[in-house]
Amino acid sequence: MLVTGVARQLGGRFVRRIQRDPEVDRVVAVDAVPPEHHLGGADFVQADIRQPTIARVLAESGADTVVHLDVTGTPLGSGSRAALKETNVIGTMQLLGACQKSPNIRRLVVKSSTNVYGSAPRDPAVFTETTPPKSLPSGGFAKDTVEVEGYVRGFARRRPDVAVCVLRFANILGPAADSPLASYFALPVLPTVFGYDPRLQFVHEDDVVEVLRIGSHEPRRGTLNSGTFNIAGDGVLLLSQCSRRLGRPTVPLLLPAVTWAGSVVRTLGMTDFSPEQIRLLTHGRVVATDQMRETLGFTPKYTTAETFAEFVRSRGPGLLPPETLERAVDRLAALPLPGSGHPTHSAN
Amino acid sequence: MADAKVIPFDDDHRSRGGAAQRPARRRGAGGRRQGGAQPAAVGDVQPLPGVASAREDEPVTAAAEQPRERAGDGPGEGSGGGAGSGDGTLERRVASGLAFLRRRLTGDYEVDDFGYDEELTDQVLMSLLRPVYEKYFRVEVKGMENIPSEGGALIVANHSGTVPVDGLMMQVAVHDHHPAGRHLRLLAADLVFMLPVVNELARKLGHTLACAEDAERLLGQGELVGVMPEGFKGIGKPFGERYKLQRFGRGGFVSTALRQRAPIIPCSIVGAEEIYPMIGNAKTLARLLGFPYFPLTPTFPWLGPLGAVPLPTKWTIQFGEPIPTDGYPPEAAEDPMLMFNLTDQVREQIQHTLYKLLVQRRSVFF
Repeated sequence: MLVTGVARQLGGRFVRRIQRDPEVDRVVAVDAVPPEHHLGGADFVQADIRQPTIARVLAESGADTVVHLDVTGTPLGSGSRAALKETNVIGTMQLLGACQKSPNIRRLVVKSSTNVYGSAPRDPAVFTETTPPKSLPSGGFAKDTVEVEGYVRGFARRRPDVAVCVLRFANILGPAADSPLASYFALPVLPTVFGYDPRLQFVHEDDVVEVLRIGSHEPRRGTLNSGTFNIAGDGVLLLSQCSRRLGRPTVPLLLPAVTWAGSVVRTLGMTDFSPEQIRLLTHGRVVATDQMRETLGFTPKYTTAETFAEFVRSRGPGLLPPETLERAVDRLAALPLPGSGHPTHSAN
Repeated sequence: MADAKVIPFDDDHRSRGGAAQRPARRRGAGGRRQGGAQPAAVGDVQPLPGVASAREDEPVTAAAEQPRERAGDGPGEGSGGGAGSGDGTLERRVASGLAFLRRRLTGDYEVDDFGYDEELTDQVLMSLLRPVYEKYFRVEVKGMENIPSEGGALIVANHSGTVPVDGLMMQVAVHDHHPAGRHLRLLAADLVFMLPVVNELARKLGHTLACAEDAERLLGQGELVGVMPEGFKGIGKPFGERYKLQRFGRGGFVSTALRQRAPIIPCSIVGAEEIYPMIGNAKTLARLLGFPYFPLTPTFPWLGPLGAVPLPTKWTIQFGEPIPTDGYPPEAAEDPMLMFNLTDQVREQIQHTLYKLLVQRRSVFF
């Protein structure tokens, strides 16, 4: 088995987990930079997937399964957006080219994102795997994923003997998640778009690792693990709920101001607050996970709300922790009510 | 010619003759009354976006909402606090208001996939709309028994009034008067989801975009779905064409109902046509603002914000006999002839009921 993008936390966790499975003899872990975490007993090969050397690595490893996790929205360390885009798109092309030449390969798993659906007011409230996006993402990570999926579809046509599994993950959160949304939630005060309360869906890192495992093994009886699947936790959280549960106050800004501020922040290089990120935080996005349950046979352990609760626990309290607010309400309850002589807490 | 179909109602005709003075007179009287109703209408826009400002009035409205529910709960609830009488219920109300406030402040509430916030709708938004429904438009509801108490059903209604208040009133009608306490999930135009604040409120009220995917998903979940297939053609038609149903889109609602085997319930709303008599349409301005039309009424925009106050007409909402769709084979949804026939049947039924209700109506305002 060959896994790309292992220098990231998620890749590292997946590599460590997959080696415990009896079906896996050997794991070759590939990334352009050596990972800071250990990879269990996996063989690390330092190779840039943007270079044709990846074909040699794949041929030498003799892998029958390729798990492509190097499709990400945030640069590792001090990488630039351009380098990231190159890794996402050119890297995928090189890797798929290498796969096409490899006679051994039986199975390809690609990490994608629900970003491919875009986010527009004219979209249906819930996306299924077959919903065409109303407005294609114009740039950034979302466009990368659309292009990556396009190449993967092309590969699946040319190599029908390879089982291809594209997993469209909702926003991945967890103690170690390094997604743009996680860095957004780390801001002390959350800028929001005035007059919009987007619906968000999260998926926990543990579930991500688990579903990648399902995708990279033989399908279990009665299930099918080739195709495209939305992966998300049950339920929906509104951004306002997130901010209150996180205990971080929000600053509603008018949409033009947000777009402008986003471009300033991007120019300064502070965070990758891309236009598609702003669109997500304006209109929100919810995907249907019926295929994940029925066809892939996977049920996430964490719901959206539980994933977020885990994330909140790992981040520590914000400026306005919910507990403080609760106490404030209780104090309000303890105040004597004008008109009635009784203190109201007796009613609680 | 345009009047030919509406003429039979002598009464309506007369009232229109007097429309010049009548609304003007009523305006003075209504204006004071609107002192009570208008803050509510404005208020329902305010509570959500500004978290802080909403917190100020939520406990109050929530508390105000409680007695209504208590009263509905009947004697069982009342006898429990019977001994404590006044003080006891007040304290309980305050306590439940505070519990509500605590849940809202800490984000500890649930919304569904469409963003429908049942708690907020029941406790706050409905109690803001209710005065408009009960006191301002004095809506009379008929045929509530035609709405099944469970399972998916598609309510198809006429659309009118320049501003889609009729949908909201229909939602209040179902919410307050259906014995099973069903919630109506309305399908709204895409414009609703482009406007800030409006889209947020619409989502929290359980509305979603009028598209086949969302409608089918909701019907599949056994929800009661409301749709107004006339769309902007119905709501933005000139006053002279009132109560004449426009084309029902492409009849997509019929194929959706057929696919989900949900009954279609025709619904006729009388009274909404006259709230903003649209005598003109500033097309250039509308195009500039990106709206499908920009209404000119006898009062709007001449009187400024005061002109945006709707006329206090008397409304009747009648739910008609359900049209079953489960007798058709599965491939019927693809049959265009059947779809046109069913669409016409629904349209005719709504139009007939409209005429019947108009004949029965004594006057526009009473």
